[in-house]
Amino acid sequence: MSRHKLVKSLDLDDELEDYDGGDDYGDEDGESYGTENLRLGTIKVRELLPQGSGHINDKQIQEALWHYYYDVDKSVAYLRKEYMAKPKKEQKKATGGSRSSFQPHMHERRVGPFSFSDFFKDMPWLNVPKDRQAVFIAPLYPRGGLLGGSSDDAPKMSKLQALAAARKKKAQEQKLNGASGMERPMAELSLSDRANCSADKIESPMATSTMKQSSRGFPLRKRKNSDPHEIPAKPVSRMEQMSNSDDNANTALLSLELDQAEPSAFASTMFNSKDRSSPRPSPDDVVIAAQSKGVLKTTGEKKTDQITANVEALKVDDTRRATSKNLDVLKEFEKVAKKNEANFVVIGHVDAGKSTLMGRLLYDLKVVDQRTIDRYRRDAEKMGKSSFALAWVLDQGTEERSRGVTIDIAVNKFSTDKTNFTILDAPGHQDFIPNMIAGASQADFAVLVIDASTGAFESGLRGQTKEHALLVRSMGVSRIIIAVNKLETVSWSQERFDEISQQVSAFLSSAGFQPKNIAFIPCSGLHGDNIVRRSTEPALTSWYSGSTLVEELDKSEPVTRALDKPLRITIGDIFRGGVQNPLSVSGRIESGSLQVGDALLTQPATQKCFIKALEVDSEPADWAVAGQNVTLHLSDIDPIHLKIGDLLCSPSSPIINIKEFKAKVLAFEFLTPMQIDVHRGRLHTTGKIREISSLLDKVTGATAGKKRPRIVKPGQLARVIVELETAAPLEPPGRVVLRSNGATVAAGLLE
Amino acid sequence: MRLIKQNIERDGSGTITLFPEEPEDMWHAYNLIAPTDLLRASAIRRVTTESSTGSTSSTRVHITLLIQVTSIDFDPQAGQLHVSGRVAEENKWVKVGAYHTLDLELQRNFTLEKSEGWDSVSLDVVREAVKEDKEGTVPAVVMQEGLANICLITEHQTVLKQRIETSIPRKRSGRAGEHDKALTRFYQVTLETLLRHVDITQPRPLLLASPGFTAAGFQKYIIDEATRTGNKALLSNKSNFVVVHSSSGHLHSLNEVLKSPEVLAKLKDTKYARETRLMDEFMALLRKDDGKAWYGPSEVEKAVEKGAVGRGGGVLLISNALFRSQEIGTRKRWVTLVDKVKEGGGDARVLSSDHESGKRLEGLGGIAAILTFPLEDLDEEDEATPDQIDHTPVV
Repeated sequence: MSRHKLVKSLDLDDELEDYDGGDDYGDEDGESYGTENLRLGTIKVRELLPQGSGHINDKQIQEALWHYYYDVDKSVAYLRKEYMAKPKKEQKKATGGSRSSFQPHMHERRVGPFSFSDFFKDMPWLNVPKDRQAVFIAPLYPRGGLLGGSSDDAPKMSKLQALAAARKKKAQEQKLNGASGMERPMAELSLSDRANCSADKIESPMATSTMKQSSRGFPLRKRKNSDPHEIPAKPVSRMEQMSNSDDNANTALLSLELDQAEPSAFASTMFNSKDRSSPRPSPDDVVIAAQSKGVLKTTGEKKTDQITANVEALKVDDTRRATSKNLDVLKEFEKVAKKNEANFVVIGHVDAGKSTLMGRLLYDLKVVDQRTIDRYRRDAEKMGKSSFALAWVLDQGTEERSRGVTIDIAVNKFSTDKTNFTILDAPGHQDFIPNMIAGASQADFAVLVIDASTGAFESGLRGQTKEHALLVRSMGVSRIIIAVNKLETVSWSQERFDEISQQVSAFLSSAGFQPKNIAFIPCSGLHGDNIVRRSTEPALTSWYSGSTLVEELDKSEPVTRALDKPLRITIGDIFRGGVQNPLSVSGRIESGSLQVGDALLTQPATQKCFIKALEVDSEPADWAVAGQNVTLHLSDIDPIHLKIGDLLCSPSSPIINIKEFKAKVLAFEFLTPMQIDVHRGRLHTTGKIREISSLLDKVTGATAGKKRPRIVKPGQLARVIVELETAAPLEPPGRVVLRSNGATVAAGLLE
Repeated sequence: MRLIKQNIERDGSGTITLFPEEPEDMWHAYNLIAPTDLLRASAIRRVTTESSTGSTSSTRVHITLLIQVTSIDFDPQAGQLHVSGRVAEENKWVKVGAYHTLDLELQRNFTLEKSEGWDSVSLDVVREAVKEDKEGTVPAVVMQEGLANICLITEHQTVLKQRIETSIPRKRSGRAGEHDKALTRFYQVTLETLLRHVDITQPRPLLLASPGFTAAGFQKYIIDEATRTGNKALLSNKSNFVVVHSSSGHLHSLNEVLKSPEVLAKLKDTKYARETRLMDEFMALLRKDDGKAWYGPSEVEKAVEKGAVGRGGGVLLISNALFRSQEIGTRKRWVTLVDKVKEGGGDARVLSSDHESGKRLEGLGGIAAILTFPLEDLDEEDEATPDQIDHTPVV
């Protein structure tokens, strides 16, 4: 039976009536006595019960005990009779008067200075019929009648009364059973949570209302007890509840707490509408209020987001959306003392040995085991490309292996003592520069690999060595490490190394790299010299004693993250994360933070979706912040709305799709009004330069020369207006790369 | 298109009757027909008649209508031309001034009378349209991983038939299979779509262009599929599948395709190859920045005035979108310019706005010129009044 149906069939008035009734008896003093007795009794009964009584739960024992006024023997007999023989009849057997009999707070009337179970212990005559027992007690502790003023329980009721009560009880129990799938955490347990999350206690009106709704509609709970804090997502087992109540006699009430989870979003909405005690803002108001609050999400926003979304959809959907834990992600992030994290992109001309170098690095750091390498080596030899074995660590695609070139960015991780690194191994081939741009946009610094062998360096410098270096610089990378690779082919010649260093540093400083941010390392990817281990080649050690590549990487300084900016993620990949997660996306969080349960907006499709689960660096996590590479498992969205290069943002501060933008660009080639490809990370769209507004002075940035020049020459800075073919999510200060006919023509900043 | 009848006076007035034979002819008609022209063509009109008792009945009648054109709507993908206007000649069914939209049909004559008379440019269009030695249509697929544009390159147009976009998962460690599977699915969809739009068994080139190995992979997929299904017609045509390099899968990469030696070898002297070459020549000169290449309406006009676009290498490049201007004056301005260049012995090339080269030209304002001698600072005094040209957006 679906839970929605249960909710529908719930008799609200009935429930509310009961609820009020329960409140009258909330006398704390008496409770502890009764509960203490109950607890002791339960233990005794457990001892006496024969084997195989495991299915009898504490609730049932307590109920029996209550019936027999803590007479252990009688209870045991009753339980054996009832549950061991035909456990299914338990519900029907419950007597009418004990409608709420296992609620200790209703029992204070008969709690006296002594315990009945102790008093009449071991008495042989205890097998008295129920009615006589009741008579026994009545004069001692007159009480206000629960049902029609009757001074006692079941025995005194007329048959008709009993029948009515029994029916009522049955109905109630059914409801409870329906709800028992979810468990209600106890206030006591959430105390610890409360401590944890005290940071999170931004007491918004929404937050309180959320609590109200959870206390509402579950009439058997005491109102006093409603825990004004959030509900932990983890269910609490019955056994835990019991042991906890042992520890704390004061919270006796809790030991008998019913198993209830927080109501489903749907249920909460249903009940909220009936909530007379606290007039709440409409969900719409709440959403608006929450949105105005900005990025930092509060409890209320998410809850109401979900509620409104659910109400809008109103479709029967039994799969529950992941509930937000409402963490203050930034605080959480501060708490976690993490190692430095750094992403670096490996760039260079095609066949400079980028993948092999990184394969060697991973192998030497034992990230990849010997067996895998041996397998690659065997397979590579079979294809007649034995030197590619190390590159195969990163080149996993079948086409990449058969053709021996990297096509797409490969992402790998390794860590040193100081830092966790993410390698982004970029393709060197000219055709795959869009992929390289995607990788470089995620990088904090770059490793430029240069082929030192004769002729290769020269052709590389004309080719992608130059283009890549310019690209990473224009994408905001300021630190670059140059790995002069394949130096063994020129017998570790120092002259060659110096020549390369000279030319490259001259070029790099003209590209805008500061000399202190440039480092040169002579190395050999194929043999592993100066990568992780220091080279032992006498030809090299005679003139080089500087740091190895890994040592140089370790010098990287931690990067600042745009944590408090609105959330932005460019989708790098869309895939099927498995049966549980039919739609997963991955990417790097550019700014902001997120957590499970958050609503996201996808652009340019403008579709809302929710984070069902998320992984940070392939480990499940509850939250993530800017700078991390995450995999998001999404719900409530169709895959056709997403494509690689789309942007995810928070619905409260969305990014706008624009059709035209103004940008300040540095020209690498001649610019005229022309058709261009616009790249921003994975985003790849087309457009045209509609107008060249003005040339700019390189130093001051002020307008220089003619207005609306005809042409922009390479190296000049200009302001251009770009018109896109289709609207794309771009915003200042985004860095864009403009390409045309397979060449990078300009790169710059949106204005 | 066939020229049925030409009746043009010295002063340019008169009529021409044309007989369109293929969809491409609609493109010519689109360039020929301008607002305020008089167009006579057959039409189907619903006519409502009222009987003496007051009951109405409507019938559809085939009639020939003469309308004065108010607007033109061209659908390049379907090759349909809708011309709307007001009826200019009364007949039994329709009153003068009633509105009607003529759908020009293939294999049916239409007669056109230009309101401003037949100028040189429009006569050129007619000449071009009725030319006998037609260059064939070349289908092309410009693609990259996850994106394919299927288009037809005809003599005067590049028609985008279908754009295919699928999401292909990127490579991730241990999941190479997913990427390959998605890629095969992408090839499959592309081939199915291609077969729906184009008959690739015809003995003519099929251009497959992409960066990287996508096009080569697709070619292999086509041949593999043909072998698997035993499609002999396709297999025998496989030598015509040309794999060309392009820098991206977007349609504007087509200019690289048309420049490539593989394509030039096959389609050397087609009109679009010439146009592409001209544009490249212009761009190369512009890069030199020696004052011999200028773009933009006012600059080019000035250059023409100074006689720089003349004998011995002067070329005027003008997009035919400019001639489709709704304003009579604007059109006249460009026609005069073309005539002037021709008088001076220069070469005036009207580039099709529906080709890639025409699109590039359009980015430059629709007009450019290669001069015979360098001129400097044509744009100097122009700064205060940025030039506004009125040209209708190109479909």
